[in-house]
Amino acid sequence: MAGSIATRAAYGAALIELAETHPELVVLDADLAQAVTTCKFAEKYPDRHFDMGIAECNMTGIAAGLATCGKHPFTNTFAIFATGRAWEQVRNSIAYPGLPVTVVGSHGGLSVGEDGATHQCTEDLNNMRVIPGMTVVVPCDGNETRYATEALLNLNAPSYLRLCRMAVDNVTDEIPGYKFELGKGFTMRDGGDATIIACGLMVQEALKAAGMLAAEGISARVIDMHTIKPLDEELVVKAAQETGVIVTSEEHNVIGGLGAAVCECLSLRCPVPVVRHGVEDCFGRSGAAKKVLAAYGLTAEVLADKVRYALTLKKS
Amino acid sequence: MEPKEIQKLAITATKGRLLGLSAIHRAASGHTGGSLSVMDILTVLYFHEMKVNPEQPRDPDRDRLVLSKGHCSPALYAVLALRGFFPVEDMQLFRSIDGHYSGHPDMVHVKGVDMSTGSLGQGLSAAVGMALAGKMDSKNYRVYAVLGDGELDEGQIWEAAMAGAKYKVDNLCAVVDYNKMQIDGITDDVMPLGDLHAKWAAFGWNVIEVDGHDYAALADALDQAKAAKGKPTVILAHTIKGKGVSFMERVFTWHGKAPNDEQYAQAKGELEAHLKQLEEEGK
Repeated sequence: MAGSIATRAAYGAALIELAETHPELVVLDADLAQAVTTCKFAEKYPDRHFDMGIAECNMTGIAAGLATCGKHPFTNTFAIFATGRAWEQVRNSIAYPGLPVTVVGSHGGLSVGEDGATHQCTEDLNNMRVIPGMTVVVPCDGNETRYATEALLNLNAPSYLRLCRMAVDNVTDEIPGYKFELGKGFTMRDGGDATIIACGLMVQEALKAAGMLAAEGISARVIDMHTIKPLDEELVVKAAQETGVIVTSEEHNVIGGLGAAVCECLSLRCPVPVVRHGVEDCFGRSGAAKKVLAAYGLTAEVLADKVRYALTLKKS
Repeated sequence: MEPKEIQKLAITATKGRLLGLSAIHRAASGHTGGSLSVMDILTVLYFHEMKVNPEQPRDPDRDRLVLSKGHCSPALYAVLALRGFFPVEDMQLFRSIDGHYSGHPDMVHVKGVDMSTGSLGQGLSAAVGMALAGKMDSKNYRVYAVLGDGELDEGQIWEAAMAGAKYKVDNLCAVVDYNKMQIDGITDDVMPLGDLHAKWAAFGWNVIEVDGHDYAALADALDQAKAAKGKPTVILAHTIKGKGVSFMERVFTWHGKAPNDEQYAQAKGELEAHLKQLEEEGK
């Protein structure tokens, strides 16, 4: 792999790159500009950056007001505050009037690490997905983050972008034919026995798991489902039809996120067994990021086990 | 302000009260007390102060108003209808499944509504955002946020107050419909607001107190707000909940209640008599 970078860092760089050609782009922070990496934008474009202090609800509301006047604000804080504390502001002040604001939840999932359960958000995809009209995106690496940021800026509608603290492998830039399209999953690796549908940092684990399984003669397809909503139903149904069993993998509660979205789609259109790999409806705890992920089973090894189990459920 | 204009505003506000009350009665649902208390404030804003054009409701250079106390939409809809943003007859669709005149204002579907509101505490933030955009783009428009006093219980209001002071949005003026009541009772009983004048001043705002039913005083306060530089202004407009209908005045139980047929007939009679008197005085 060609190195690694945290999606939050790639996002911070993308904002600076996009600011030049998109005068409508403005950035709001809630005293976490260093952590979210928007501080560099603030340095370069001080007139287009607003630090609202530790007041996420107000930041979200101010973004809505800016959006009514032709701006496209990106609001930045940790995922837990963006989609938890300020959930109702996102719903009523941004999504209900359909305003072009991108709510950015950095430090999503357990890979926050040392800060522990209060800051490890495993509910954000659920929280944003249930709001009508929201587009929900979880990029898997730095390269994809750059494309996702641009796509959401051009969407001209409410959206949520989930980022992570921990560095992840650059998995997309070496894939031939890789193309980012909002609402379209990308097949990272083909396979016919089972399909892993993953998002965020679990995409790199999914690729590793597929490699392990290949050594056993199991051919696993890997789909990078960066857009959780609207879900690429055609790609999901095609995978269900062709491989007969699905394993979803996400750094999120197994309730309400990618796995739930896939189940909702398949229960109607192509019912096949779906095994959801993620956080088993529990709170996280402090620890080094990789150790926390391992403690909660968010590894290629456990994912490979989930695929082996899924194969036993497959209807012949 | 010329006596003639005062009279005109009084006539418009009374028509607005009649319209709003009729809409609430027809829907058998809606917020009566606050719609009546805020009517004079909205009338002065839309008929004296604000630069708006019903032909171009989304004109980027227009003045903007956020009715943060969105439950008083009957007052906003009435004033917008009278100002020509949509037909007065549309008021009959208030809270009806057959239209978009929702219980709380919807900027997507109702002409003249600058921000969707209803969830209390959120409107001032949106107004600060609009004012910031105006500063960024060197626009001359002004932004008005109309707040309830009960709404000041919400912490987000004070977050927005800090942000407004930080960014010196002197193109923003908040008006508090200070009627001293909220849905559960007297504000002093539900959650004492303390010295609001001192609180807003401590948050870095220019504070003006007026009688919220005195058109000339309101207009004068809005002028003072425009003249104040380097900080936003809040006008604490002392009002009477249920203003204009004898048996609704200062009775908090009218906060979220619609009048029945008998009550409506009496209220309508009182307001029509007042309107007739105003119109005769104007002749």
